[in-house]
Amino acid sequence: MTNHQMVMYEEEFNKIQQVCDRLVKDANAQVVFIVDKNGQLIAASGDIDQLDTTSLASLTAGNIAATGGMAKLLKENEFATQFHEGESSNIHIQIVGQRVILVVIFDNRSSLGLVRLRVRKANEELTKIFESLLQKVADPAQPSPFDEITDEDIENLFKD
Amino acid sequence: MSFINYSSREINCKIVYYGPGLCGKTTNLQYIYNRTTPDAKGKMISLATETERTLFFDFLPLSLGEIRGFRTRFHLYTVPGQVFYDASRKLILKGVDGVVFVADSQIERIEANLESLDNLKVNLQEQGYDLERIPYVVQYNKRDLPNVASVDELRGLLNTTMVPDFEAVSTIGTGVFNTLKAIAKLVLTELKKGGG
Repeated sequence: MTNHQMVMYEEEFNKIQQVCDRLVKDANAQVVFIVDKNGQLIAASGDIDQLDTTSLASLTAGNIAATGGMAKLLKENEFATQFHEGESSNIHIQIVGQRVILVVIFDNRSSLGLVRLRVRKANEELTKIFESLLQKVADPAQPSPFDEITDEDIENLFKD
Repeated sequence: MSFINYSSREINCKIVYYGPGLCGKTTNLQYIYNRTTPDAKGKMISLATETERTLFFDFLPLSLGEIRGFRTRFHLYTVPGQVFYDASRKLILKGVDGVVFVADSQIERIEANLESLDNLKVNLQEQGYDLERIPYVVQYNKRDLPNVASVDELRGLLNTTMVPDFEAVSTIGTGVFNTLKAIAKLVLTELKKGGG
């Protein structure tokens, strides 16, 4: 299981956050967030105070997983892009580097064309950042928070 | 697959409740949700049919406290138990860190339990996991019903590797938190060993 672990470091997080912040502005979006394919929220930007981002992250991952299952049945590698149109809000979903999901929520102050254009650029940037992050994670010299955690720490967490 | 986030100082893990249809997976999560303080939980999401059968999954995010400055967050998922939802079950197992097998103790459900356990093994293998190597606990649910098999009998059939197991009545919460604590502890211990 070791090679499946996802780790986010401060340096890469800041870069990812910058891309999200910029995408909110450039695409006139309400919210931008990034989720890993297992539903863990990685970064979020925009008007997120009133938004249940944890739930959205989990449902986005479920959505991508289901769509990926459909793609497999059709012998497609994946459906990398999805768009859901609502009455006032729309969601654009893009798989980045086959690993994470970039979600843009926007209203009529923006347009699908603009969002697609800006997402394409952000996708390129994010792909590079996640590639370098994965290399860093694979480096056995990187410390793990678990290096310092003792069995006693774990026991203490479950004391009644 | 656990997710360690140095930026937000969080350790995130995924636990999946597996088992045959109507064994009480969703009821386990509902009980946990109802008995957890608001600051420790997020919203519980149930993607269910009109008759309240799980269609895709239930989801409950839960915080269990801090270890050395890292907040431990567990994402609890259930799978749809009904046999024909196998494609969905496979998807939900992706990236799992620990599994709870919820068995229905009723004698007439023994075959359904065995079928579901076999299905779990096959679906885990497809994802590259081995049930004997990942954090795993068994819960014998519905112990309050009159027509239940003995725990010894259930254990002999469903827990041959002797992982931690618990008797439960999930509708009133008996055994629910013991099961959760056991799997959460196993997951963290596995992460410490360098798995995950």
